[in-house]
Amino acid sequence: MKSRSPDLGFRLGTGVFAVLLVLIVCGIGVELARVSMPSIQKFGLAFWRTDVWDPVVGDFGALPFIWGTLYSSILALLIATPIAIGIAVFISELCPAVLRQPLMFLTELLAAIPSIVYGLWGIFVLVPAVRSIETSMPEVLRQLPLFSGPPLGLGMLSAALILAVMVIPFSSSVSREVLKSVPAAQREGAYALGATRFEAIRAALFYARTGIVGAVMLGFGRALGETMAVTMVIGNTPQVSLSLFAPQYTMAAVIANEFAEAADDLHLAALVEIGLVLFIITLIVNSFSRLLIWSMARTVSPAAEIPTETAEAAA
Amino acid sequence: MRTKRMVVAALACFAALGVGAAAQAIRINGAGATFPGPIYTKWFSEYNKLHSNVQINYQPLGSGAGIRQIMEQTVDFGATDGPMTDEQLRGASGRIQHFPTVLGAVVPIYNIPNVTAELKFDGTVLANIFLGKIAKWNDPAIAKLNAGVNLPGTDIVVVHRSEGSGTTYIWVDYLSKISPEFKKTVGVATAVKWPTGVGGKGNEGVSATVKQTPGSIGYVELIFALQNKISYGPVQNAAGEFVKASTQSVTAAAAEAAAKMPPDFRVSITNAPGKGVYPISSFTWILLYENPKDKTKAKALVDFMKWALADGQKFAPDLGYAPLPDGVVKLEMTALAKIKTQ
Amino acid sequence: MNRTRFRKLISSLFVAFCAGAVVIALIPLAFILFFVVSQGVRALNVDFFTRLPQPVGEPGGGMGNAIVGTLIVSGLAAVMAVPIGVISGIYMSEYAGGRFASVTRFAADTLNGVPSIVIGLFAYGVAVMPLRHFSALAGGFALGVMMIPIIARTTEELLLLVPGTIREGALALGATRARAVFSVVLPAALPGIVTGIVLALARIAGETAPLLFTSLNNRFFSTSLTQPISTLTVQVYTYATSPYDDWHRQAWAGALVLVAIVLVCSLLARFATRRLERMHARA
Repeated sequence: MKSRSPDLGFRLGTGVFAVLLVLIVCGIGVELARVSMPSIQKFGLAFWRTDVWDPVVGDFGALPFIWGTLYSSILALLIATPIAIGIAVFISELCPAVLRQPLMFLTELLAAIPSIVYGLWGIFVLVPAVRSIETSMPEVLRQLPLFSGPPLGLGMLSAALILAVMVIPFSSSVSREVLKSVPAAQREGAYALGATRFEAIRAALFYARTGIVGAVMLGFGRALGETMAVTMVIGNTPQVSLSLFAPQYTMAAVIANEFAEAADDLHLAALVEIGLVLFIITLIVNSFSRLLIWSMARTVSPAAEIPTETAEAAA
Repeated sequence: MRTKRMVVAALACFAALGVGAAAQAIRINGAGATFPGPIYTKWFSEYNKLHSNVQINYQPLGSGAGIRQIMEQTVDFGATDGPMTDEQLRGASGRIQHFPTVLGAVVPIYNIPNVTAELKFDGTVLANIFLGKIAKWNDPAIAKLNAGVNLPGTDIVVVHRSEGSGTTYIWVDYLSKISPEFKKTVGVATAVKWPTGVGGKGNEGVSATVKQTPGSIGYVELIFALQNKISYGPVQNAAGEFVKASTQSVTAAAAEAAAKMPPDFRVSITNAPGKGVYPISSFTWILLYENPKDKTKAKALVDFMKWALADGQKFAPDLGYAPLPDGVVKLEMTALAKIKTQ
Repeated sequence: MNRTRFRKLISSLFVAFCAGAVVIALIPLAFILFFVVSQGVRALNVDFFTRLPQPVGEPGGGMGNAIVGTLIVSGLAAVMAVPIGVISGIYMSEYAGGRFASVTRFAADTLNGVPSIVIGLFAYGVAVMPLRHFSALAGGFALGVMMIPIIARTTEELLLLVPGTIREGALALGATRARAVFSVVLPAALPGIVTGIVLALARIAGETAPLLFTSLNNRFFSTSLTQPISTLTVQVYTYATSPYDDWHRQAWAGALVLVAIVLVCSLLARFATRRLERMHARA
């Protein structure tokens, strides 16, 4: 069997690089856990639910950051999801063929703009605009906890808006791929039965619902980890607040701001533990969303592979 | 095949650039306070003009970063306006010395729509504003100090530093001396737990936020208020006078410093007694290891320090800082000799 | 109104909503591009590309060192990520049914979703702390880690798209697996792979967070790999959060350069993909 050993060599040779990739991912988790050990040992599980961040006395809790991250990402999702699905439907089903490529290109462009440019635009254009919206809010609405606090412009609302814009192209391109994989028979059957465009598309969306949920969650995962654009507009104040006007803090932002200078080891460990928390949360969200997309591919046809990664790589 | 050759050529270029560039210059990296950022970057730029082979790259990341990075030895020198604590000094892998470089002032900046008059502050009012106890601009405590000024009923937006900062240290050091409640609630450190307000990054970030947010108040080094034309007010000193920050009033604050200087140069001159003194003044320090690993860089740094303490001081007044008193400079030159450069 | 007219109305509203969604999404894009171009063009001059930053507060100067720095750090990232990414992609496509390939795929997807700030933390621990030095290498390492999964997955999918007949033909002629892949299959997919690499480069050239505590920043012009280096993204961040109007203008100019890089790479990628599709359609 002369051809065995070169082939084995090839398998091992390429396999080494694949192992390297896996090791890098494990390495991230291990490294984060190792450096954050002092904080894990001191605070334990209470770290996740304590609302305090006091570098002076060395008391740290991640709750304000977990709150800020989840609140801003969920708000962004609420704003972005209908728009993302609308775009996906329009490009894949409704738009004239000649517009398809340009529109796809434009949505890709939206995804490709660096987050620092979003942040720059956020500081100089979005925040003043939000500030004027906040100042012109009628007094009666200001009493609600959702709108309480001084109108800074910087705060949860600006962060949610910027995240929504950044998440839209991501969710929409994956949704588009998911919709493409719905068998034509589904739609044609609906039309044959006399459905309007809306009803036929609704049927397709229902059929693809697991995949669409997966696409939306992928966007959620993206929003969770966004750093630069958020830290430039959110006000960087660790507090748990329902108000859209209040300046708050996210996990990614606090790491970016405080890491270079956490002078004592406990502060550093606490920051890295926040990184670990972020890593775990995004891991769960992303894995779950991929599971959903993959299971949808399986119901369509066992062999079909939805090229989500090309869409993401292009996005 | 062509691509392979191009890749190899590109790699060779990179390697050549890397090696060639490193051969001649002495590259020194430092990080730390934003408070002296304008004058340090001016100094390093001027020094590079005189000694073109010495490139000192300074990154203003905040005093907390300066302390941390010098302790980790990821930079060659640190810079801070909040002196290192005994605990931090013990945690370092070698002896670190503080060297004062220049004197500066922290001023209260504010942005109140339709108010162009200069507002007077005293320590108690400032402490209560930053504690969140005074919430509106037309509060009687502020009005009492500023009779005749039409103060609006807008909310006060407090702007503080979001990261570890020597400017913060100077500010809270002063406020803690005036208000026991402030000392208990907030305390004195480079990074504190603020009862209220938003965070800006660096003196730059606080200036930018105050400039853009109506109704806000913040604290920055004098030069940032001057360069950005942001209103700042006089503060009442220990002698009861309302003094505005300037080269003269800051120099007055350090008048007794030389006589009372401790050997490690860690001293606070906030709320100094005397006439014409600006109460929120401070030294700012460069942190150097007494026995550094890289002796070539150490020698270059010591030579730079000698230049900064002598010729460099003349740049201070134009940028709103005050030069060091002669007595302090003499003490430092002696201390610099202790740094092992071979 | 009767049932059919109502259904048709709903359908038209839905179509209008979808079209509206497209418009709503394009508004911020137009807004951003408008601001970046109009504000950035004003500060874009020869000085911007050639000069170094001035001391804090002094107007003038430029981002010459930052532009070079971005090129160097991106180049380092590519040097690291292309071999690992492409070869892992080859493994995943050749042994696609195997268990370890699924593990690798899962790892690549996971790595793709890791927030860039977390990768910065990892790079600090691995590339900065042991060497006690901020460096361009550390920055390149961080960005390289981000590029690997993108390149790996793109390579894998493109290799799988190559018709089986091509590989089988090579094997039938007696080639070893390695020969078949490297001499026949890979060249067929090469344009697509290069496109994927270009897109990945465009993506990481715009990253800021992982560079904050790896390559730090540098006031001087530096090409040394073991020294901190200035990059366009970090410089734009520093200038944007400052109070100086002159720095703000330079930040917009820097943003314009970044957007231009991204735009050019996206257009190139589209053009290449179109040619690739035409090639495959003919074959």
